[in-house]
Amino acid sequence: MENILHALPLMLEGAGISLIITAVGIILGSIIGLAAGLARLSRNKLVRLGGTAYVDFFRGSPLFVQIMLIYFGIPGLLKSLHEYWVSTGGEPFMTNFSLNIWFAAILSISLNSGAYIAEIFRAGVQSIEKGQIEAARSLGMNHFQAMRYVILPQAFKRVIPPMGNEFIMLLKETSLLSVIGFEELARKTQLEVARTYATFELWLTAAFIYLIMTFTFSRLVDRLEERLKTD
Amino acid sequence: MIIKIKDLYKNFGDLEVLKGINCSIKEKEVVVVIGPSGSGKSTFLRCINKLEEPTSGTIIIDGYDITDPRTDINYVRQEVGMVFQRFNLFPHKTVLENITLAPVKVRNVSQEEAEKTARELLQKVGLSDKAEAYPSQLSGGQQQRVAIARALAMRPKIMLFDEPTSALDPEMVGEVLAVMKQLAREGMTMVVVTHEMGFAREVGDRVIFMDEGRMVEEGTPEQIFNNAQNPRTQLFLSKIL
Ligand SMILES: Nc1ncnc2c1ncn2[C@@H]1O[C@H](COP(=O)(O)OP(=O)(O)O)[C@@H](O)[C@H]1O
Ligand SMILES: [Mg+2]
Repeated sequence: MENILHALPLMLEGAGISLIITAVGIILGSIIGLAAGLARLSRNKLVRLGGTAYVDFFRGSPLFVQIMLIYFGIPGLLKSLHEYWVSTGGEPFMTNFSLNIWFAAILSISLNSGAYIAEIFRAGVQSIEKGQIEAARSLGMNHFQAMRYVILPQAFKRVIPPMGNEFIMLLKETSLLSVIGFEELARKTQLEVARTYATFELWLTAAFIYLIMTFTFSRLVDRLEERLKTD
Repeated sequence: MIIKIKDLYKNFGDLEVLKGINCSIKEKEVVVVIGPSGSGKSTFLRCINKLEEPTSGTIIIDGYDITDPRTDINYVRQEVGMVFQRFNLFPHKTVLENITLAPVKVRNVSQEEAEKTARELLQKVGLSDKAEAYPSQLSGGQQQRVAIARALAMRPKIMLFDEPTSALDPEMVGEVLAVMKQLAREGMTMVVVTHEMGFAREVGDRVIFMDEGRMVEEGTPEQIFNNAQNPRTQLFLSKIL
């Protein structure tokens, strides 16, 4: 018990970081996801292909691998390119190749959630009856206006439950960032366990902290959904 | 001629739906299209505002060749209102917003003016008290009248109706037809796909019978309903009259 009380402040700080990175991931992921989701519905084949390639890559490979690829892979690639540049007689211009850890964390989480959110948006848009876009177009709206004023506002309501779900999944998955030493909740717990050897108690505490966060959040989503239903 | 259609063909994959339609429609004319289900009536109507892309042929609306890819179809569509069988009102917007959305966003009419027009139109279709309601709070007949008002708000020169009363309970058909009749009397150019033969007789200038992707016979309501020449027209009418 004493171990838990001692470790708790640091673990709660880690939980805060987990929440922040999840929230940023969802926000940036929504922007990426909207673009990629609309790209997948585009009439231009090349645009569609680009959207599909992105979504398939980030949904089809594990987040763990994506984090490694970004945090270690990108600096490795930069270093090789730089060496090649120098070997062909170029002036060296870089010494430090490593990525800022926050940058790498945000990038990997956002790209990953963007791919899932793209699918959520696409399904949301496709769930709107075809007659809606036809009515909008028949009034002279162009494709963009029909999307903006008619389709997306309706799709928005339908994507709230799956978006809430995505937030909860992502919050749990941010624990994978511990592999690069990013100090979110799981990493903080690991460090505290190493210090105190209170393995069972602290990991159980971590599990409960995640549980409280996900439970609270899903209640909030339920409420929001209820509120939007009334109009 | 406000609508000129020449050699219109439309295929869906291997399925030939329209097989050479030639048809011209005068300004202020009310044309009623009848025919069995699957004969291509909706497809024909949807080609007129390019909700369906014709496979070949030319369609000229008020001087604009909409089969020419350089034509700004969004502009031409402002001149052509469409009313659907299933109303297709925007469920997230009030009745008033349904009617003002396109004039404000597409025609750049001021919000104030658009609302004034919308209220006039609502009065015309007998729904002045429903401006703030949402579509889900209205009956089918009321929704369809709002849909007509929404199309009229763009001040179109032509109105297309695709079985506007087919999804309605019988007691609501009359209120929608009454609005359409008034519109016809005011001189709107109308192309109406319908099974309402009373409407066709009362306000139709011309009735066209379609079957298997072709316009088989046409004439005044009198000629078609009382004196059809083609056996397929006769057979169809014997089933529905
Ligand atoms: N989008 C589509 N894709 C494939 N076939 C279609 C499509 N729309 C209509 N059809 C087919 O075209 C034929 C004519 O349909 P339609 O124009 O709706 O006839 P009607 O309105 O006279 O009942 C039908 O066989 C229908 O199944
Ligand atoms: Mg039809």
